[in-house]
Amino acid sequence: MKNLKEKISQFFGKLGDVIDKVRHFLSHNAVFTADHEYWTFLKRLKIRVTNKRRQALIGVSFIFIWIVGYLIFALYPMVYSLYLSFFKVRLAGADINMTFEGFNNYKAAFLYDPYFVEILIEYVVEMILNVPITIVFALIIAMLINQDIKGKGAWRTVFFLPVIITTGPVINELMVQGATTLPSIQEYEIIDLILDNLNDALASPIQTLFDTILLVLWFTGIQILIFLAGLQKIDRSIYEASMIDGAGPWESFWKITLPSIMPLVSVVIIYTVVSMSVFGLNEVIIYIRNVMLGESTVGTLTTGYGYSAALAWIYFLVMVLLILLFVGAVNIRRRGRR
Amino acid sequence: MSRVIAYVKDSANLLKQKEYRQFGLKMKRLLIGMKFTDGLLYHILVYALLFALGYIYLYPMLYMVTGSFMTMEDIIDVAVKWIPSTFNIENYRIVIEEINYFDSLLDAIYLAGVPAIAATVSSALIGYGFARFEFPFKRILFVLMIMTFIVPPQITMLPMFRMYSNYDLLGSIRAFLYPAILGQGLNGAIFILIFYQFFRMVPKALIESAELDGATPLQIFRKIILPLAIPSIIIVFLFSFVWYYNETYLSGLYLRGSDMLTLPLRVEQYITNFTSIYPEGSRARELMQAVKLAGNVLTLLPLLVLYFFTQRYFVESIDKTGITGE
Repeated sequence: MKNLKEKISQFFGKLGDVIDKVRHFLSHNAVFTADHEYWTFLKRLKIRVTNKRRQALIGVSFIFIWIVGYLIFALYPMVYSLYLSFFKVRLAGADINMTFEGFNNYKAAFLYDPYFVEILIEYVVEMILNVPITIVFALIIAMLINQDIKGKGAWRTVFFLPVIITTGPVINELMVQGATTLPSIQEYEIIDLILDNLNDALASPIQTLFDTILLVLWFTGIQILIFLAGLQKIDRSIYEASMIDGAGPWESFWKITLPSIMPLVSVVIIYTVVSMSVFGLNEVIIYIRNVMLGESTVGTLTTGYGYSAALAWIYFLVMVLLILLFVGAVNIRRRGRR
Repeated sequence: MSRVIAYVKDSANLLKQKEYRQFGLKMKRLLIGMKFTDGLLYHILVYALLFALGYIYLYPMLYMVTGSFMTMEDIIDVAVKWIPSTFNIENYRIVIEEINYFDSLLDAIYLAGVPAIAATVSSALIGYGFARFEFPFKRILFVLMIMTFIVPPQITMLPMFRMYSNYDLLGSIRAFLYPAILGQGLNGAIFILIFYQFFRMVPKALIESAELDGATPLQIFRKIILPLAIPSIIIVFLFSFVWYYNETYLSGLYLRGSDMLTLPLRVEQYITNFTSIYPEGSRARELMQAVKLAGNVLTLLPLLVLYFFTQRYFVESIDKTGITGE
């Protein structure tokens, strides 16, 4: 054990030496030299070193890897896929055949594609239903386990399980086998009773709600964590003060708890929408991948890279709109109450 | 005499009334308490809710575990719903042998662990850079960083797929490792944010005193900042590991047809192969359900073990890491 420790510290010592050498090389070459007073570029351009500039340089060098990564793995793919979405792309061996199509790909998505619009609408409806449910349940559970209850640790273990088990195939499997809908609810025919007494417009969302409630609850892991952290930051003495002034638990929830965690709701909304949208079982993204790999072909235009890029961008815009809608709705209510 | 009796009766009545009132008060105390939240009713409500929700959360797990022990007879038999008639580990044996479980598990841990370590190191560096230093365009860069979380992988995966195939990175761990090294790994923005929040809470005086003693920025980072950030490091690594382990969408794309596969994908692949052999409605297919469940349990088992040993960190270090982002 001691040997290992020595070896590790030796390794880091060597690493430090290497870093020192690299730093020396970086700051003492023909292009750029640095001393205590000046930074010199190409032996001509001298810049006076101030504390602020030095801090800026160090800061940028810390995030340098991120900038490189952003350019390679985020900005370039985004621009390239936006560019592709205006083309019809055909792969011929190693070459790519591209013909400019203008907005035809986007048009095709809405006009000719028999599936895309349908599953997109389905996705939007699902989101509008599921996101509020997720948030409400996350809040309820967070408040429940924030109290003095017996076996706090055990309860938390149970409710954070979804953080661990969000594997696509596993959940898919459970869905296929019907483990994600609660049988007891269906057996007691509560749903049927409710459904019979409502008209269709109201009944079908409720039906979906009961069918998917389990699946939705499995998306609440991180959200519970976020709300719990927020709840724990509220000062207990505020509750005591309001209690002395005669506020019951109901009032103190609406007047203290909710306003204090309201800023977190936006964070939770963004997280929920994103995690549900990029979840591996989402119909839309499966369709996009299939189009990209040419596994589902519809017509001549609606295949391949260009078309799937267009679909991905449409999907992204819808997602951003949804986020704006939810965050906007929450914030309007907040302003009204103030 | 009669007056005395009446008096005694009266006072007895009074006493009784008082007792009744006191009893009523006591019951009220008991049920509703001083402020409702400490009453019995409230506690019953809370525990009822907890048990109901807990049941919903645990239901799929129970379903999976019990189902995975069932024999073919149990599956067909309608009477057997929860408890298998015999303790049958045949399903597990099939899965373990067919997918070469222990080797696959090592592969999966390697596939998830290495990028997770890389992501942890890089996001710590980047988070420190954002939290501690002022430089031009910092706000814009920060917003861009958060934006990368919102952009769905469907947009970037297509050019990335081309890029990877051009540079021959498909089917190897490097397809996940390189983005992780450069802070663009799975959910990289969240990890950077976690470290950012944490490093902003480190008192400046600590860093300044080290600077006065002549420590270089890297030394400060390694010797002062990193030891302080151990809770954050653990939680970031755990989350990153779990997410990489569970990832199927991108790995299904990048690792297609290679020997290296994540465990969920390997189980899925095996099941698909197996099911295609047998015709619809045959008995072997029925049995397959239980085998599938066993495969799922085996996929999740390493994560569950990890979770039980480290759940303290999942649960407790939310505060320490400031995941809430205020």
